[in-house]
Amino acid sequence: MRFSLAERFSIFNGWRRTEKDAWTPQELPAGRSLYADARRRFLRNKAAVCSLAVILLVFIFSLVGQMITPWSNEEIDWEIMGSVSDLGKPSLTNGHYFGTDDLGRDLYARVVQGTRISLMVGLVGTLIAVVVGTLYGAISGYVGGRTDNIMMRIVDILQSVPYMFVIILLLVVFGRSVIMLFVGIGLLSWLDMSRIVRGQTLSLKNKEFVEAARASGVPSAVIILRHIIPNLLGIVVVYATLLVPNMILTESFISFLGLGVQEPNTSWGALISEGASSMQYGTLWQLFFPLFFFVISLFSFFFVGDGLRDALDPKDR
Amino acid sequence: MLSYILRRLAVALPTLLLLVVVSFLMMQLAPGGPFTSERPLPPEVLANIEAQYGLDKPLFEQMLRYIGGILVDFDFGPSYRYKDRSVNDIIAAGFPVTLTYGSIAFVLAVVIGVSLGIAAALNHNSWLDYFAVGISIGAQVLPNFVMGPLLVLVFVLALEWLPGGGWNGGKWQHIVLPVIALSTSYMASIARLTRSSMLEVLHMDFIRTARAKGLPSHYIIWRHALKPTLMPLFSYLGPTFVAMVTGSVVIDFYFATGGIGYFFVNSAFNRDYAVMMGITILFGSLTITFNLIVDLLYAWIDPKIRY
Repeated sequence: MRFSLAERFSIFNGWRRTEKDAWTPQELPAGRSLYADARRRFLRNKAAVCSLAVILLVFIFSLVGQMITPWSNEEIDWEIMGSVSDLGKPSLTNGHYFGTDDLGRDLYARVVQGTRISLMVGLVGTLIAVVVGTLYGAISGYVGGRTDNIMMRIVDILQSVPYMFVIILLLVVFGRSVIMLFVGIGLLSWLDMSRIVRGQTLSLKNKEFVEAARASGVPSAVIILRHIIPNLLGIVVVYATLLVPNMILTESFISFLGLGVQEPNTSWGALISEGASSMQYGTLWQLFFPLFFFVISLFSFFFVGDGLRDALDPKDR
Repeated sequence: MLSYILRRLAVALPTLLLLVVVSFLMMQLAPGGPFTSERPLPPEVLANIEAQYGLDKPLFEQMLRYIGGILVDFDFGPSYRYKDRSVNDIIAAGFPVTLTYGSIAFVLAVVIGVSLGIAAALNHNSWLDYFAVGISIGAQVLPNFVMGPLLVLVFVLALEWLPGGGWNGGKWQHIVLPVIALSTSYMASIARLTRSSMLEVLHMDFIRTARAKGLPSHYIIWRHALKPTLMPLFSYLGPTFVAMVTGSVVIDFYFATGGIGYFFVNSAFNRDYAVMMGITILFGSLTITFNLIVDLLYAWIDPKIRY
């Protein structure tokens, strides 16, 4: 079975106290919290640490990348337009580090911009999932009984809807915009999270510290916010990290079909789609530069998620 | 068992109804009617056309008519863009295509995924194991919309072995790439799940007992280890099916197979809500039915499930 962080902490302390009863305060080793332990385990995982570094670099790239190029993502280089496959190659001399796209727009600037949108969708989608899913799951699990039953049936029902089609339907009906993309993705991304959180809450809510809080008259809402949710943090963090790449995948899927963000905005999916549709003209850089950023970022997110899971939940292997 | 089936149906049917109602209402919310165009029709003509399609009736009645049409005649109504095509025609044209390569991809993903996973688990820490793990990690970041272009790049543009798209009546050359592009990432995740499930089962007491009794190892694997290994995979079949149905949209779009996803994306561009709704409802009901069947099979196979 899985132990909550609080529980493992108490087991750890209890063990230490009985083993070393004769410790004097001076001999006590510097306190190592559970999170410090987890951090140590995480830092020992080289793949995860490297991945974290890669994610940071991609982030920095998306934020400051625009500063080192003379081109914006909308400007068309008229000298290149029309003969992109000859003149549009990546080159340092004309400032198109990644070459240009079909219309002669600077691919580097577009990749910077697409990276920004993709990361933003991933993070915002995850944020919505975390907030809604955690609250929903914690309430459902903590209240229990018929409320729990109804709330989980709702999740059941929503989960069996083919969500990609519904998101596309939403985008088409209400107009394609980044906001609508967030709404569509956020609407359905919290379902798994709420299930996981509910399961964890069920095992937490009969613990002594919750009982103690209830006995001393703390209202349910406060118990959920102050006692249940902090103890869910580990699993929520792990799951959220794994959710980010999935959100990015969802957005890229929609953008690949050309139904995502609108020009001049772009995203990895849209750039990959553009690259894929023009690769028969030999302009392979249009496919490979966005694909490179897409692949290394997703890889890194998955590795960091795995690393966090190992670090925070070593029993769950 | 019967009460379990009934209970599952009691969830499945309202889900389906909800899907229909929500997509219907969403279509109503959409700005502009199906007959608004850049050159507006005279109001009298518009009223006539709307009367013919029943669009002048109250919303509730329209919805009842729509749902009734689907339930009674399996009729999703006319397309709003193509005068000579109904949604049914479009589904009839596209669905067989999607079904053909989709089911091949599904079966391949399950069969190869399970075999690879079992082979990896039985040869734990061998090159085969590392190969399987490597593939499954790699495939996580190579979803169908990345696999598609990469396959085309290699097999169509560089090697010129296969056609880059089209359907051509389902010749095998046209099926190969869609199937590979669609199945790879699910194959990999099935392989990963099977591998870890098998490894777990192989460390259980009853396997050790079987080994201690001196049973031959192929007998242990077939008779004792296989069933508990595959059990958890059952619950993964539902999501895999959904993902494949969704993925088929990209495949249809990218390989221009003329499958149903192709029409879905097209109608999304044309704002042909009737077609979009019809396809969403069709795929929704397929998903729900498939999940229901998987759940019932699971309950039938696994005696531990309480119903």
